[in-house]
Amino acid sequence: MEYLEKNMSQVENGQLKLTNIYKSFGSVRALNDVSIFTEPGKIHCLLGDNGAGKSTLVNIISGVLTADSGEYLVNGKKVNFSTPKQALNAGISTVYQNLAIIPMLSIYRNFYLGNEPIKNNYFKFMDKDLAISTTKQELTKFGVTVNDVKRPAGTLSGGQRQCLAIARALYFGAKVLILDEPTSALGVKESANVLNQLVLLKEQGINIVLVSHIIDHAYDVGDLFYILKMGELAGSYDKNDVSSKLLRSILSK
Amino acid sequence: MAGLAFVWFFFSIFGHEAFLSLSGARSYLQVSSEIGILAIGVTLLMISGEFDLSIGSMIGLSSMTVTLLTINADISMPLAALITLLIVLLLGFLNGIIVVRTGLPSFIITLGSLFIIRGVTIASSKIITGRTQLGGLETANGYNIMAFIFNNDVQVGGVAFPISILWWIILGIIAFVFLNKTQIGNWIFATGASKETAELMGVPVFKVKISLFIVTAFCAWFIAMTQTTTYGGADVLRGEQKEFTAIIATVIGGTLLTGGYGSIIGTMIGALIFGMVRQGIIFAGADADWFQVFMGIMLIIAVLINGIFRKKYVTG
Ligand SMILES: Nc1ncnc2c1ncn2[C@@H]1O[C@H](COP(=O)(O)OP(=O)(O)OP(=O)(O)O)[C@@H](O)[C@H]1O
Ligand SMILES: [Mg+2]
Repeated sequence: MEYLEKNMSQVENGQLKLTNIYKSFGSVRALNDVSIFTEPGKIHCLLGDNGAGKSTLVNIISGVLTADSGEYLVNGKKVNFSTPKQALNAGISTVYQNLAIIPMLSIYRNFYLGNEPIKNNYFKFMDKDLAISTTKQELTKFGVTVNDVKRPAGTLSGGQRQCLAIARALYFGAKVLILDEPTSALGVKESANVLNQLVLLKEQGINIVLVSHIIDHAYDVGDLFYILKMGELAGSYDKNDVSSKLLRSILSK
Repeated sequence: MAGLAFVWFFFSIFGHEAFLSLSGARSYLQVSSEIGILAIGVTLLMISGEFDLSIGSMIGLSSMTVTLLTINADISMPLAALITLLIVLLLGFLNGIIVVRTGLPSFIITLGSLFIIRGVTIASSKIITGRTQLGGLETANGYNIMAFIFNNDVQVGGVAFPISILWWIILGIIAFVFLNKTQIGNWIFATGASKETAELMGVPVFKVKISLFIVTAFCAWFIAMTQTTTYGGADVLRGEQKEFTAIIATVIGGTLLTGGYGSIIGTMIGALIFGMVRQGIIFAGADADWFQVFMGIMLIIAVLINGIFRKKYVTG
């Protein structure tokens, strides 16, 4: 595993290829022979009804679940993640709607959670000054200005929390960013800001996978659309070949 | 803080003037330090989202084991204490591993270990010695070394303050630095606030929790050594209800019962309040039973205040 992690973190591109993925929960077939390909500099949207298997697929990509069968390649190399940490080390970072940040923990402690800057190797002292100044600086890049990053992250708005999670992922070297319903709990303005940030990141060469119920949000920013239906891939469309109206009708069929 | 000032003024005005004297301070600080040392472990564990109700029984077990090993097995007392420590740390580890592996509430698991440990202590003490209390440690081999560490006095202004107060402060400072300034401290807060998110961010939440069960067990052992050297012997019932008093001091100090938030300084103040109230009531000449009433009320008020805090930040 150690060797694999090292190898993965050296690769700069960030391309995912999943082929013939199967996943069942007891008698429920959550994913049935699903294949997707995602690459840097594009926004890939996973669309589908409730229970279609979107979150299951995301969880396999991010190492929370392992597929029953199928092949998972990152940058052309086969991987077999059994923890989210392994996916993180390979540059694959996931922003979950509810689990992205910890409300009771301060903003800067959230930012560095699991990646604390160490001052003294023996006692593992956290370099708080560095953590605080970096957090402020990185948040500003995403349009979030907070004077006091020592306050609990629960005092941030929903959109600011998403930005915190995205800023953190990027700062710690994410090449692939996966977002499960990032805008479903946000107002119009906040959604627009988060989506704009995603477009900027894509232009910087990040591979983005976006799960969304809101077709308009997905269509505004997406380049490729994967449609899941009852655990099966019902189609994949390039933005040039499909209108949002057509997408909507395919989904409701 | 306000609570502390209130309690101090309350007993300064209504209490006997002895409350204000150095020996008054000695008396409540001794009580505070004992509860305080235990509460340090309880606080760290509670911030990580878990309880340990078995610490009181670990005190009884430690005091009995160290005494039996010293007197009956004729092992030098420091070595006996070390063996006892290993046993107690193993029990802490077992508590931890059972809680994280089963995913059951630690409240229930450690309630079980409380009864098991207390029962085994009493039963084996009866089998081995036919008694539930043992004495005569003062003349035992190595007692002096143990007493030097755990039952010493520090002279301040002509009053002999027990060394446990100093240990309380030292352990408090270590725990404070550990919790607030280190990487593991960050993991403790995160684990208690949201185990799932912490896990997703790569925090080894199981290891964090198990380690803190071990730390809590260490605190129980420490208090047991203090008590055993002070009384020169053991009692199987030693430490009874101490798990509750330590939790009370912790909650009065502002730590959330549900985990994710708390402070060592708060807990030290909580223990201080606890000691002041208990001794203050005696100084004031009131029946000591009122102490329980007072602490019960303090506990409920503290939980209410902590709940308001939690609501504010969890929902944003
Ligand atoms: N841990 C689990 N145990 C049992 N069944 C599960 C589990 N996780 C998902 N499922 C089932 O797998 C199927 C796909 O679920 P999934 O969460 O991937 O859907 P989704 O597309 O993300 O839906 P939504 O839009 O509601 O989030 C559903 O039928 C769901 O009930
Ligand atoms: Mg889902």
